[in-house]
Amino acid sequence: MISEQLLYSLAGVGLFGIGLRATLLHHMLLLRLLALNVCGAGVFLIFIAIAYGGIEVMADPVPHALVLTGIVVAVSATAMALALGRRLEALNDE
Amino acid sequence: MIELLWSIFDITLVLLLLALAWTTCSTQDVKRAVTLFIAMGLLLAIVWARLKAPDLALAEAVIGAGISGALLLSAIKDYPSNMVSHRSTLIEGIINSLTLVLTILMSWAVWHGLNMSDGVRLSEPVISQLPVSGVSNPVTAVLLNYRAYDTLLELAVVLTAVLTVLTLNEKRVDYEFSSPLLQGMTRWLVPLLVVTSGYLLWVGAHAPGGAFQAGAMLAAAMILLQLAYPSRRQEFNNSLLKILLVIGIFTFLLVGLWMMSLNDDFLAFTPAWAGTLILIIETAATVSIATALTLAYLGGRPRGWEDTNRTSRSIAENGGAG
Amino acid sequence: MIDTLAILAIFSGLFFFLSGSIGLLRLPDLFTRLHALAKADNVGLALVALGVIILEPAVINDIKIVIIWLLVMAASAISSHLVARHALRENRNDD
Repeated sequence: MISEQLLYSLAGVGLFGIGLRATLLHHMLLLRLLALNVCGAGVFLIFIAIAYGGIEVMADPVPHALVLTGIVVAVSATAMALALGRRLEALNDE
Repeated sequence: MIELLWSIFDITLVLLLLALAWTTCSTQDVKRAVTLFIAMGLLLAIVWARLKAPDLALAEAVIGAGISGALLLSAIKDYPSNMVSHRSTLIEGIINSLTLVLTILMSWAVWHGLNMSDGVRLSEPVISQLPVSGVSNPVTAVLLNYRAYDTLLELAVVLTAVLTVLTLNEKRVDYEFSSPLLQGMTRWLVPLLVVTSGYLLWVGAHAPGGAFQAGAMLAAAMILLQLAYPSRRQEFNNSLLKILLVIGIFTFLLVGLWMMSLNDDFLAFTPAWAGTLILIIETAATVSIATALTLAYLGGRPRGWEDTNRTSRSIAENGGAG
Repeated sequence: MIDTLAILAIFSGLFFFLSGSIGLLRLPDLFTRLHALAKADNVGLALVALGVIILEPAVINDIKIVIIWLLVMAASAISSHLVARHALRENRNDD
């Protein structure tokens, strides 16, 4: 059957496409932010799928470290985007 | 037979993941989208565990589903249910088709790349240098020894994001209701979370774990405290918060410069001290990350954040209590 | 023998999870859904944890699994209570 690497990599590509479409189509900031995070999850999935070597072999640790960094940076960026959004709303209300 | 079952499991997991992502991205209701996003984060943690990435599964469960979920849920608190207008059908059709074409091209690129790869894995160099690196968990070795510079810059990115959050807004006014049941559970859970966070920090040297998971768990404990004991007149010790925010980067830089003075290279650990140095850096990073994520959840600067310098300076200018 | 016992426990746990999810989808009201979810998921988790404990040789990991089970039960109970309390408050305000 299809190898796990290929299956999960294609799933990552699919996630990225779904997130990209929603980022471009939505109007509200929060929904676009969620879609961007889905894009990020897709990219992480591609990394880890390529790093996967099989059920017995140890997985490649360098992409794991990169994705760990990526997860933390993604949550920081989400927090920053939410703060910007809140400030924009406060400015729009004045 | 076993292979077939694993394939069915993989395909089911992937289909579920894609379905969750599709519903998250195509729903118009904000609350529904956030809830589905948190569920997708948890499913992603299972996927990481399936792909032999336990460090990532821990990090995704704590940071991706936990902290991110808390951030988003508190951000939608004030959202009314909106009706969203669509773009014109022509533009929507163009975006849909372009994204589909891009996805197909990326799928081809990934398939081609996987076929063309020469099978060189970076696991061999990592494992061969592991005895000299000071830890026995390969991911921690990569994060804090081989690519320590990336982790230093990552801490800087987190600090920059938190600085943006702090300068833009004041702390969010909180949800005032708290249940005595929640307070009782918090009294049991928060010490447990602190101990687990310390355990994750310590065990990161030889098993899945590490500074980021530990820091995020500590932030989760602080968020729980904030939820259980909300108080409008809460006073934070702002000078302590400021010190805790920067102590991660500060320690990292100090160690790097010290190693530069000893070994002629920034962040080149002497092998005999590498384990201890990594533990020191990780402890400071845990504290910094916990403070940063908690402040990000609070939504802005707490009361009196910018007044600490102003009051002391104004007192000095006015010459005392005059 | 040991394996069949463990498989039996895990599959019955899965059945409880499935019934809890079906309850989540099919029941009419928030409170009935909470009831189904909290109760069924707790029993399901207990059975799955029992199956895993049977399979796991090291005692220290068994103790960890029991602690995890207790914590998940406590968290599930507290969060169901909080959700129900909030929903009740909102209903009272809507009257």
